[in-house]
Amino acid sequence: MNGLLQQDVNQETFTLNLGPQHPATHGVLRVKLVMDGEYIVEAEPVLGYIHRMHEKMGENRTWVKFLPNCGRMDYLCALSYNHGYVGAVERAAGIEVPERAEYLRVITVELNRISSHLLWFGAFVLDLGGFTPLLYAFDDREFILDLLESVTGSRLTYCYFRFGGVYNDIDDAFIAGTREFIKRQRKRMPMYDALVTKNIILIKRLKEIGHISKDMAKRYGATGPVARGSGINFDVRKTEPYSVYSEFDFDVPVYEEGDSMARYMVRMDEIEQSMRIIEQALDKLPEGEIKPKKAVKLVKPEKGDYYHAVEAARGSFGVRLVSDGTNTAYRLKLRSPTFSNLSLYGEVSRGMLLPDALALMGSLDLVIPEIDR
Amino acid sequence: MPEPFRVILFIIFVMAFAGLNAAYLVWCERKGAAHVQRRIGPKEVGPYGLLQPIADGIKLMTKQLFLPKGADPILFMVAPLMVMVPAIMSFCVIPFSETFVAREINIGLLLIFAFASVNVLGLLLGAWGSANKYAVIAAARTVSQNVAYEIPMLITVITMVMVTNTMNLNEIVRSQAGWFFHWHIFRLDISLLMPVSFLIFFVCSLAETNRAPFDMAEAESELIAGVYTEYPGMGFGVFFMGEYANIVIGAALAVILFLGGWQSPIPFNPAGFLGVFWGLFWFLLKLYTLIFTVIWIRWTYPRTQFYELLNLSWKVLIPISLFNLILTALQIKIFPWL
Repeated sequence: MNGLLQQDVNQETFTLNLGPQHPATHGVLRVKLVMDGEYIVEAEPVLGYIHRMHEKMGENRTWVKFLPNCGRMDYLCALSYNHGYVGAVERAAGIEVPERAEYLRVITVELNRISSHLLWFGAFVLDLGGFTPLLYAFDDREFILDLLESVTGSRLTYCYFRFGGVYNDIDDAFIAGTREFIKRQRKRMPMYDALVTKNIILIKRLKEIGHISKDMAKRYGATGPVARGSGINFDVRKTEPYSVYSEFDFDVPVYEEGDSMARYMVRMDEIEQSMRIIEQALDKLPEGEIKPKKAVKLVKPEKGDYYHAVEAARGSFGVRLVSDGTNTAYRLKLRSPTFSNLSLYGEVSRGMLLPDALALMGSLDLVIPEIDR
Repeated sequence: MPEPFRVILFIIFVMAFAGLNAAYLVWCERKGAAHVQRRIGPKEVGPYGLLQPIADGIKLMTKQLFLPKGADPILFMVAPLMVMVPAIMSFCVIPFSETFVAREINIGLLLIFAFASVNVLGLLLGAWGSANKYAVIAAARTVSQNVAYEIPMLITVITMVMVTNTMNLNEIVRSQAGWFFHWHIFRLDISLLMPVSFLIFFVCSLAETNRAPFDMAEAESELIAGVYTEYPGMGFGVFFMGEYANIVIGAALAVILFLGGWQSPIPFNPAGFLGVFWGLFWFLLKLYTLIFTVIWIRWTYPRTQFYELLNLSWKVLIPISLFNLILTALQIKIFPWL
């Protein structure tokens, strides 16, 4: 008899290994928990189970060849990562982008953001024990995947953006389909409201739980819905507009409470805002080229240090390029939002009950391959 | 029928009923869930996937039974039986129809609750015996949950015993004869809070049988599979059957105490052989309607937080059920002729 329970009967805390294969971590995240009963004394996220050295890859392949890698970091909002990298290289090499291409980028990125938020919504409610909303959300998401498949050719790990434009133009079917999707989604949101958001059990599980203060969010560099749920009005699309975002009228939902419910509400509101952006973009869509006449094959940015940030579904995704003037990067640093968002987990979860801590983890919206890169 | 044959017949019937119920409630649950979630559900094995439970059973039975490292072999093996056997035992006092009952015992209600409380012991011992931290956390939750919910449940049952003056389940059903408004749930003249009693009883039976939104014993997104984490093959299968048998018992009790058991909603009772099936039909109809509600709830609501669950019991259900008990007692004392 030397089972786990027989060891150290007198010690008051015990270590609980959560993951890397645990249903609530949604991927290969491992959290080492020191528990006192069901209360968490200390939580230490252990990373690296899906580390693929994307940054190093960026340093030893040419600028163009790194493009497919961008879709494989955050597999749920791959187009934002395309946008970040392409934008950084364009800024560094001074490549002009036709206006229509920028509009297409915005439309597809926002569609991707909605699909990411829908999947998060389903998975989050699944973490709380409600199975049904997950399948409803997947149902909606399927529409977006079909739409994006028709223009980009892939359903999950997109590689749609090119230096100076996009790969494929949209057609009338896509525009009609997108408008129909928005109409449908506007009808679905009240249902989610009634089924999930106003559910007393859900409210009791999220309200005033997992509080992240404004100060803490700033200290850990949290961005995206996590920061906006803590009352920080920071959205890269508004604060330093890139692409053509400055031409659209949309709001940045900000909630002051800082609890899991606030983060939930931010994301649910963002779905509506993204739909507004897409509608305006479709209305204003200019005619013209979608990529440079001659494909940009050889990129050689001038020697220097460049940074470009975009607002991905999970927060601010930044690309820092250090170019030495050759056809590969000297250094490619990718700033992924969930890495910073996860880093505050240890501090916030201290003293929480295990199910609350898992609800908190869900509300951070983690995508593990994006943390490890 | 001579007594030994009757006993053997009922043993076979009860075990088959419990087993088939478990198997086909899983099928119903999967089909029901699929319907709620706009899927199809099992459809490959047999027509409408009706043979799926049998395929699942064969799969579970042919799996290797291994003992996790550090587990207590006796507790680990006995625990599933401690969930399953009491549930089957409880079936022997349930009146499926007026004459269709294995044993009409005067303390039938007490017997069911005595056996029902063994269930949680089985879960606790199984979790402890499997030497898994997640299982032990789940077991600790289950025990405190069961303790908390047994109190309002028993208070409600005491109220009902006061009303009916008997613990014989068949007698309780007989006292609800006639039109459907003679069922206890509609008898506001006996106790003003009768529908509330039913609600308390129903919520408590959800909690007692570890069903969503109170499924702390399993809590798959938090504790992997809770108490069942380490159980392979039929060990898990027996737990599962026990769980479903308990759901049937809980729903059957609710039907007997509040919804008139085997009484039909209109005062029409064919005599003789047909009468057995007439009663059986109404009993099963009410039973499965309640069970369907249980399934429906599971696929609609998220799981409650553990302390909310205890709060609900200690701060809401227990005071209400106590108040209900006193109110009913007063009503019986003041209007004894009703």
